[in-house]
Amino acid sequence: MYSPHMHSLNHCRHFVALTIATIILCACSSIQQQTKDEIPVIDNILTNKGSDTIVNLALAWAEAYHEVRPDVNISVTGGGSGTGIAAMINNTVDIANASRRMKDKEIANAKENGITPVEFVIASDGIAVIVHPDNPIDRLTMQQVADIFSGKINNWTEVGGEDRPIVRLSREVNSGTHVYFLEAVVRMGDKKDEALFSTSTLLLPSSEGITAEIAQNRNAIGYEGLGYVTDAVKTIALAVDDTRPYVSPTVETVMDSSYPVSRSLYMYTPGEPRGTTKDYLDWIFGPDAQAIVKSLGFVPLK
Amino acid sequence: MHMNPEDGTRVMTTTTRKSTHRKPLEILLEALVRVAGYSAVVFVALIFIFLMREALPTFNEISISELFSRRWYPIEDYFGTLPLLTGSLVITLGAALIAVPFGLMTAVYISEIAPRWLREFLKPLVEVLGGIPSVVLGFLGILVLAPLVREILHIPTGLTAFTGAVLLAGMAIPTIVSVAEDALDTVPKSYRDAALALGATRWQTIWRITVPAARSGVLTATMLGIGRAIGETMTVMMVTGNAPQIASGLSAIFMPLRTMTATIAAEMGEVANGSVHYHALFYIGLALFLISLTVNLTASAVLFRARRRSERLLS
Repeated sequence: MYSPHMHSLNHCRHFVALTIATIILCACSSIQQQTKDEIPVIDNILTNKGSDTIVNLALAWAEAYHEVRPDVNISVTGGGSGTGIAAMINNTVDIANASRRMKDKEIANAKENGITPVEFVIASDGIAVIVHPDNPIDRLTMQQVADIFSGKINNWTEVGGEDRPIVRLSREVNSGTHVYFLEAVVRMGDKKDEALFSTSTLLLPSSEGITAEIAQNRNAIGYEGLGYVTDAVKTIALAVDDTRPYVSPTVETVMDSSYPVSRSLYMYTPGEPRGTTKDYLDWIFGPDAQAIVKSLGFVPLK
Repeated sequence: MHMNPEDGTRVMTTTTRKSTHRKPLEILLEALVRVAGYSAVVFVALIFIFLMREALPTFNEISISELFSRRWYPIEDYFGTLPLLTGSLVITLGAALIAVPFGLMTAVYISEIAPRWLREFLKPLVEVLGGIPSVVLGFLGILVLAPLVREILHIPTGLTAFTGAVLLAGMAIPTIVSVAEDALDTVPKSYRDAALALGATRWQTIWRITVPAARSGVLTATMLGIGRAIGETMTVMMVTGNAPQIASGLSAIFMPLRTMTATIAAEMGEVANGSVHYHALFYIGLALFLISLTVNLTASAVLFRARRRSERLLS
């Protein structure tokens, strides 16, 4: 199985590539169904590359789509949002996956290469703040979470808990989740804020490492994508400020936008999608593909 | 050394007689051996050139004072390598402090004290320990050692430099034991016999005669062990917490720290080719290379001086 821990290992990419190769293997089937009035499509191998967060979802979609359209084969690779976007800028993939929006610099680079990236929001992902199940704290305001991670709050008593030091856990800096959490929580969406994670924040290479440490350490606090939360940890209900209701992270609360920390997941195409790419994206926005989103712990589009 | 003139001539005639039809093969073999011998030098040189080529742009992009500042947070352009440098030093020193005495004592026990049957059982066992993949040790560290460290020492988290140092020591000990034991084993039996005959106790013989006689091998063992510790990546990345804080004071060993190797491993995968961050990571690689080069050169210099002194004493 593809596990989140493997994101940190480079050879996992080969692993993913292998998995995908098996999907492509059945490529020999010739074009049996003709697509309505169009000329027969020749380029029915789609390449799809990018975010490690999305790679499981993209794989599941590629497999399911092959059932619907056996003539289309989709090759999916991870490598990170930046890698996928770079490949799209160089026009070497049909679809780039990203767990963040393209930066202005990347869009400018693409335009220099004569490519106009087109953005699609394909699903959402809630980010849960998690603690040890025995930690008496079960709700925090965004400001408190920001102060904890930036190092202003160092003991659980300061947020009404036990007299214990706070141990902060985070993903590594190259994770899209890390960057999102920094911008949306530690800096609370303020672009001019230059707050950083406290230097004493432990940077763990995998979501599993975070779960393992939190499951056994009552001092610890961390965050991870909703899809990675297990019963071994407790999620914290968050409120934008103390006048607003505290909301626990679930697929439902992320969908109705009442949970404050969620982000969109993206696909980018070089130019307006046409032909097979367009068919595939249309299918992704359909009910079958969005049902797969929910089954993997991500949040489907409304 | 004495040579029997009769033997010498016989050997010479054999070579001259056989040399006519063996020559081409011999030349080929000699060339191959020569290439193999030089290849190590060539590879080291090539690696060094590559590191320099990728690391040197760092000095244009980042000022020296910033390179040695106190904050490492590359995605916001903070490139202070001081926390990584001190992190690597603390963890390596910690590992050496545990591994060297423990490894040498184990080697002395296996070589000098243990009965023959136990020795033949212990030595292979230690070498098996050396073959455990580092990622497996890392898992043990996360699941077993880190919680133990936290509970026994009453510190906020078990993912600390100390946990990393203990695991690294565990990885360095087999190397140290194996090499040091071989060195002790080559000390002639006559040395020990002479010491015992002069009335030295067993302890005195070991401490004053056998270990000093095997000094160069023991030093090599120590250096190889430390070399293994400073270059190790996977285990430290899994158990030291990777927090880029400056290690200062003795308590630093019980804090989460970030090493140079873990930084390269964690960040190289997603860094854009040719970016400032990319060059900074190569700069860290270059620094690591220079550190291990210094350790090795110092060791050989010490060895060389020791050998010269012993030669003087013997003559």
